[in-house]
Amino acid sequence: MFYRESGDFKTSYRADQQTFPLKLDRWVVWLFIAFAFLVVPFLINDYWEKSVLLPVLVWSMAALGLNILTGYCGQVSLGTGGFMAVGAYASYKLTTAMPELNLFIVIILSGGITAMVGVLFGLPSLRIKGFYLAVATLASQFFLVWLFNKVPWFYNYSASGQITAPERTILGVIVSGPNAPPWATYLFCLTLVVILAIVARNLTRGRIGRSWMAIRDMDIAAEIIGVPPLAAKLSAFAVSSFYVGVAGAMFFMIYLGAAEPTEAFGIDKSFLVLFMIIIGGLGSIVGSFIGATFLILLPVLLKNILVGGFGWPTDLVAHLILMIIGGLIMFFLIVEPHGLTQLWRITKEKLRLWPFPH
Amino acid sequence: MPVELLNVIEVMLNGLMAGIMYSLVALGFVLIYKASGIFNYAQGVMALFAALTLVGFQTGQVPFAHLINVIFGTHIEYWSDGLNTFVAIILTIIVMVILAYLVERFLLRHLVNTEPIILFMATIGLAYFMEGLGDLMWGANIKALNVGIPSGGSFWWEDVTKTWAPAEADYYGMYIDVLDVWAAVIAILLVVSLTLFSQYTKTGRALRAVADDHQAALTLGISLRTIWVIVWSIAGFVALVAGIMWGSKSGVQFSLSLIALKALPVLILGGFTSIPGAIIGGLIIGVGEKLFEYWIGPLIGGATENWFAYVLALVFLMFRPQGLFGEKIIERV
Repeated sequence: MFYRESGDFKTSYRADQQTFPLKLDRWVVWLFIAFAFLVVPFLINDYWEKSVLLPVLVWSMAALGLNILTGYCGQVSLGTGGFMAVGAYASYKLTTAMPELNLFIVIILSGGITAMVGVLFGLPSLRIKGFYLAVATLASQFFLVWLFNKVPWFYNYSASGQITAPERTILGVIVSGPNAPPWATYLFCLTLVVILAIVARNLTRGRIGRSWMAIRDMDIAAEIIGVPPLAAKLSAFAVSSFYVGVAGAMFFMIYLGAAEPTEAFGIDKSFLVLFMIIIGGLGSIVGSFIGATFLILLPVLLKNILVGGFGWPTDLVAHLILMIIGGLIMFFLIVEPHGLTQLWRITKEKLRLWPFPH
Repeated sequence: MPVELLNVIEVMLNGLMAGIMYSLVALGFVLIYKASGIFNYAQGVMALFAALTLVGFQTGQVPFAHLINVIFGTHIEYWSDGLNTFVAIILTIIVMVILAYLVERFLLRHLVNTEPIILFMATIGLAYFMEGLGDLMWGANIKALNVGIPSGGSFWWEDVTKTWAPAEADYYGMYIDVLDVWAAVIAILLVVSLTLFSQYTKTGRALRAVADDHQAALTLGISLRTIWVIVWSIAGFVALVAGIMWGSKSGVQFSLSLIALKALPVLILGGFTSIPGAIIGGLIIGVGEKLFEYWIGPLIGGATENWFAYVLALVFLMFRPQGLFGEKIIERV
């Protein structure tokens, strides 16, 4: 009745092509963003910050990055953990070498450095595809983590081999280090995520995004109609690594505060991000957010119910969570290979036709 | 012979042995890939699961003991003193066959005709599921596995090699683990019997037909479902063998499932579709990473075994994307 286009006349191409064509959708999105920016910072406490909001934001960013590469350009990567490590170490080196540099700039620059590394490891994608590429990206995962473990320059010769985030301020408010207030770290991450998500949305619906999708759908055909595979694949690797690098920098600087490469950026993280985009939806910006939220909140929720509610031991619950996540992945691939976003799209379609579906 | 040369030979021998261990895992991948075009990431977890189940039967653990205890407040752990190793192995094989049937029934049957990458991801999901299941059934603690295969350094070989070095050199002989030698023997037996099976039995012929062309095999009346169950059962058996060998070597623990990742570069080198390729790829990776660690490792900080195999595979792929023995990839629009 209320959820449809009728009465909402588009008078320009711009209006016709906008991301949320329905008025109601636009209102909901604006309200959601306003709520996230204006209300949540007053309600947030330490628990919500550390175990729900920050992880969701950080992993959404990583999922966004991988989704650009895998979902839009069709190149499967298992090196996400390694690239996140690059982002983290780049931000550490930058901020310790230049303490007065704004943290915002530091994080964007570390994204840029990760993009360069990403292009380097993306070069093989010009010759190999599919599984073979996935295995090749494993090389970057293991090599990068090894590198950060073995070369003392990266961790400033600290005795423990760990890196620790120093305290940095933005506009006089501490946003990194152990003394940062929850609302500040949350707002900082939220701003980054929202800006970069808008950028990603506009990248993927423009010329560059279409060239990625052409490569994904069939690379030989795309090449024949004039999409340069070199530029398309390498730009996908660069943009994707930029996002993953920013996520890594956020993960280390804001969320963890201290990191050790094998523990924080292991292969399990690469798989986690991959699952997020499968469950959320390959080739969808919203899907990255839904997937990340789902996979972060599900263990928290199950843990709260089973450990808190029933008093089960944590190791047992951890095994159960593994089984449930594995089962869900299989379930989604069978029922809906396009992920939760597709279910959401179907719901919206049904809503538009309601109450007269025929 | 000079001591330096002897050291290199020792490193190479140990590399060959390590390579055979990788090949054991890679073999399971190749079998499933050939018969169903599925890249089964869960192979490593299957090895872990098989080894856990074997230990569980051997020691007479009650499956899901932890869960049952938590729900009903009981304190059961073991239901007997354990079974004979042989009986335990038979029971484990039965469990793996049941598992193969369940995988076909609940997963593969619904994913026929989907893209390979979707199938690959489904097996990743399967890997997580089985990892959780294995831990839930048998507990996550590290277990020792002993099926009666001797292990430890071979004194005989040490004494023999000691005589090769010049008398004045301070040389102690080469170290070689008896268990690794047994693994090599078992791997050779396994490959020979698999080859015989696929060449000279009716089922083997059906397997090869399915591997060649699914649709043509279907029109000839070969049941794809039965074949898949058989293939997954064989892969489960191979996983059991790999699990026994790796488990006796380093204990049954979570890291066992990570050998699947090590098997990937082996496959890339050998080609996904070739059984001899899996063996030779494993040997190249094993020798390569041990020699690299021996010569280059000390210069750049060591522990290069973590990534050498992948980088080697990466460099290799640049020149020969289909692997050493793989079929040439031809693409058309």
